[in-house]
Amino acid sequence: MSVDDGLVVVVKRDCPTCQLVLPVIGELATGGSLTVVSQDDPAFPPGISVTHDVALGLSHRLGIEIVPTLLLRERNQTRGSAIGWNRAEWRQLSGNPDLGAELPAARPGCGALNLEPHHAERLAASDQGAPIARSVELGEQEDEHEAGFSRGWTDGLPVVPPTPERVARMLTGTRRNRAEIVGRIAPDFAECGIEKIAINAVMAGCRPEYLPVVIAAVEAACLPEFNWHGLAATTYFAGPVVIVNGPITREIGMNSELNALGQGNRANATIGRALQLVLRNVGGARPGEVDRATLGNPGKLSFCFAENERDSPWTSLAEERGTPPGVSAVTLFAGEGPRGVVDQLSRAPESLARSLAMALRAVAHPKLVLGFDAFVVISPEHARVFRDAGWDKQRLRRELLELTSVPAAELVRGAGGCAEGLPASMFSDPEGTRVPKFRPDGLWFVHAGGRAGLFSAIIGGWINGQGGSQPVTRELDR
Amino acid sequence: MTTILLDPTSEARPAAREGAPRLASLDGKTVGLLDISKPRGEVFLDRVQSILEQRGAQVLRFRKPTFAKNAPRDLRREIAERCHAVVEALAD
Repeated sequence: MSVDDGLVVVVKRDCPTCQLVLPVIGELATGGSLTVVSQDDPAFPPGISVTHDVALGLSHRLGIEIVPTLLLRERNQTRGSAIGWNRAEWRQLSGNPDLGAELPAARPGCGALNLEPHHAERLAASDQGAPIARSVELGEQEDEHEAGFSRGWTDGLPVVPPTPERVARMLTGTRRNRAEIVGRIAPDFAECGIEKIAINAVMAGCRPEYLPVVIAAVEAACLPEFNWHGLAATTYFAGPVVIVNGPITREIGMNSELNALGQGNRANATIGRALQLVLRNVGGARPGEVDRATLGNPGKLSFCFAENERDSPWTSLAEERGTPPGVSAVTLFAGEGPRGVVDQLSRAPESLARSLAMALRAVAHPKLVLGFDAFVVISPEHARVFRDAGWDKQRLRRELLELTSVPAAELVRGAGGCAEGLPASMFSDPEGTRVPKFRPDGLWFVHAGGRAGLFSAIIGGWINGQGGSQPVTRELDR
Repeated sequence: MTTILLDPTSEARPAAREGAPRLASLDGKTVGLLDISKPRGEVFLDRVQSILEQRGAQVLRFRKPTFAKNAPRDLRREIAERCHAVVEALAD
């Protein structure tokens, strides 16, 4: 359905302002250059030939929000519009200087039918086009929740059945086309498009407004330096840890405060889960197959949280990693489960840094160095100690790199009665050599947590550098 | 009404559910023979049993209470736990 060039008015019977302007519509229609589009009743306005927009697709394409709306169309484009009744505007658009002399000067219109929620959702979904993914028809007796398990689509928890309607609704969360390919996902190196991400986001329990975060997380996981292939297959504990920065975290209600690393927030829980489901279902990273984790960690179901930037003494993680201020971004880190650090007595940054350093020494093993990065989640009460002393992130990083360095004599194999460690042949003077625990860019800080509690958390990494995984940050495309 | 779901996978595998993996050999394997309680089912299954035993399989016999209903859950579980394969047989 389309409209001819010239004047177009969109009306509905159930609108007092549309009733009010009936004489004007009659006058313009008599002039012959008016197309009347009725949203709700083909017999309205009475006595005038109307286009009945029964499916409301025409109103949707014309961008109608209020009825009546008068449009001036030229070459299939809208050149001017008057919303509601406004005598001056209608006169200008119609070129009729005497139009509506008997009516009041202006009267607001009513909400257009195509904006009512059930219509708006259907119309937005129709913009997305037909599904590309294969349809899976369930058996008549088949339970739709059991179907996810029996087809191997789940992470061990039930998934929301990805019906075409739910996927269409999910796709309204992005302006990107469902056919757009985002990348190839290891270990199967299967092409992954926006639609596949949306399907898995439905299954994870996401709302449409979370979708841009999930897409950015998938894009980040496809970056070669993140090395998802190796992380998927490793015997180590680690999985992708998703840290979200920027205005999106507040818009979609992510948790960066009480229990930030825990359960109970839909966005945190389902965004991390959606990423894992994409990696499993599209990439083929299934436990017991390519995923060879000896123990794994519970975060491989979902490990996703936001940084509390509002109360942070520091620049955000995303900004420190090169994202412009005010831009939302996702950072992925190949991390294991968080471990707690308790220090309830330190009020000086030097003392608190020593506590963190002692705990950081244990990442992977106290005698293994330089192979593993760490993210430190600093809670507000600990952050206050550094804020009050004027320590920025760079200062804290510098101090921790120094405090975590260890005499080589403590690291060599057999030292402390423990066979694990570094070959003694690496050091000509083990007593006189100090070895850093972390590489210079191997420590990162995130501010999150509840306001009470002198605790922080360490998330230990998987193998870093060229042979392992680098943290990656990806801006959201919204 | 039939439920349609959109496939969340790379679609590298067939959409239809695949059967369980076939046994490479019967040697040393336990095969369950499920008589569904149709008349003369046991005659047919006696013959199947002797053939399977000649080929090195151990055979266990099971019987559904009635052919008119699904096998009870406990029976299905017992077969799954005790057998590597199952032959479910009609007769008449």
